[in-house]
Amino acid sequence: MLGQTSSPPAVEVRGLVKRYDGRAVVDGLDLQASPGRVTAVLGPNGAGKTTTVECCEGLRAPDGGSVRVLGLDPVADARALRPRVGVMLQDAGLPTGVPALGVLRHVASMYARPRDVDALAERLGLQAFARTTVRRLSGGQRQRLALATAVVGRPDVVFLDEPSAGMDPQARRAVWSLVGELRAEGVAVLLTTHLMDEAEALADDVAVVDHGRVIARGTVPELLAGADGALLTFRAAPGLPLADLGRALTPAGAPAPTPVRETGPGAYAVDSPATPALVAALAAWCADRDVLLARVDVGRRTLEDVFLDLTGRNLR
Amino acid sequence: MTTAAPTARAAGPDRAAPAGRRVLAQARFETLAVLRNGEQLLVTLIIPVVALLALGRSSFVDVGTGGAARIDVVTPGILGLAVMAGSMASQAIATAFDRRNGVLRLLATTPLGRGGLLAGKAVAVLAVAALQVLVVGAVGLALGWRPDPAGVPAALLALLLGVAAFTALALLLAGTLRAEAVLAVANLLLVVLAVVGGVVLPVADLPGWWASVARWLPPGALGEALRGALVSGTVPVAPLAALAAWTLALGWAVRRWFRWD
Repeated sequence: MLGQTSSPPAVEVRGLVKRYDGRAVVDGLDLQASPGRVTAVLGPNGAGKTTTVECCEGLRAPDGGSVRVLGLDPVADARALRPRVGVMLQDAGLPTGVPALGVLRHVASMYARPRDVDALAERLGLQAFARTTVRRLSGGQRQRLALATAVVGRPDVVFLDEPSAGMDPQARRAVWSLVGELRAEGVAVLLTTHLMDEAEALADDVAVVDHGRVIARGTVPELLAGADGALLTFRAAPGLPLADLGRALTPAGAPAPTPVRETGPGAYAVDSPATPALVAALAAWCADRDVLLARVDVGRRTLEDVFLDLTGRNLR
Repeated sequence: MTTAAPTARAAGPDRAAPAGRRVLAQARFETLAVLRNGEQLLVTLIIPVVALLALGRSSFVDVGTGGAARIDVVTPGILGLAVMAGSMASQAIATAFDRRNGVLRLLATTPLGRGGLLAGKAVAVLAVAALQVLVVGAVGLALGWRPDPAGVPAALLALLLGVAAFTALALLLAGTLRAEAVLAVANLLLVVLAVVGGVVLPVADLPGWWASVARWLPPGALGEALRGALVSGTVPVAPLAALAAWTLALGWAVRRWFRWD
């Protein structure tokens, strides 16, 4: 299912359970990540993404199920595993009173053959704030520094928890291109994100997580397949009468009315192949009721649509 | 297929720097962090030196000297104060904020690990304490302090035990309370214990019932041990034993209650 590679998984999570105060935050989660591939764990805040990754990093001990990273137990075999695993925490975890490059050099000194710090700094644009203390960095600058510390030890597996949170678009591109490079080097990259475009742009494999479980998995094309190629979405005033609109959009002779959903206040999706007639019927219905169509989109499905279909909830 | 690259790489342990180098790197990093931070420097070095100058040169605070020279009684107490400031206050605050900011978690995922982090911290605390002893000692000597040479080994032991006990207390605070609470509690403890803890001023100067309690608490035990060794050249067995007991008890509490996140 994970596609073309037949190598053993770099990360293998089976039936993971983690409870906080008796409440299961991760509840029977299965996950795999393979060398040379980018695996995205996609889900809303509170879905259990960070807890799952922390179990893989050895920072938390599972309450149930098993976690193997490079065939080893992240807690029991931590000593053997730590030199081969790179970690970028969601809260960055950087000492605040130290210059940015000082932190990177310090983490590099923990490895026998780290990457060249200056080259890595150049690559991620850290030179501009090399001497600035971490306390004074912007959120995006901290994220870039944290990414640098995650990869400076030439790891085989990299865990990135919300890597591009708080980054400007330029910095995001730099991060994305570095992740692509890691993949090309054969590194297994496991990242969490609640950003659809990030998962679509970066991931080979996606696991959609909600309420502590994987509710869908596959490559991005696999997840997007199975739906009709084109989807009609539009924006207008919130609270339109959906049943009435659905009847108006139903082609003559169709067995059931066309379903229309309001996916967010004023955001609508029509679950029917987009045809010229459908668009015309929508426009006519709106004109009759003096409703202004703010925007009409005919496009292929995105991961966001998939997620909405799976959970009925908005991801962002 | 791209499986060759990862499997051809060296096994885990070979890819980490040697353990000794990791610990020393961490110790150097933490020591520099203290020396670079203005507030930390103020607490660890400047306040003890100012206190030494103030108490050693002027007589606005009565110090029960028991016949010894004032500076000879004051300097050991200030050495104890310096240890409290560096090992307890400064270390508690630094560790608490490192914990809140996720630094402890991040470093635990690098080859350093939690054990290496603690070892590095211990070396850093000792390095800072050594610097404090050198600076306070030099100022004391310049002010006419004449310690009893026979008491120096016992005094060094007392300093070592004091560093251990107060560092354990620092970790207990840092690993159980919120960072802001640690900031308040550690500074308050430092001020209160400096005044009434029996470290700077001899326990005998404290009110009767409190004196009998304070001499068994870490600040009083450290102060009495240092004065006993450096003023009269004896081996202060009881205060040293009290410090050792506190070190064990606090160390156990840290193992029991310290939280990394």
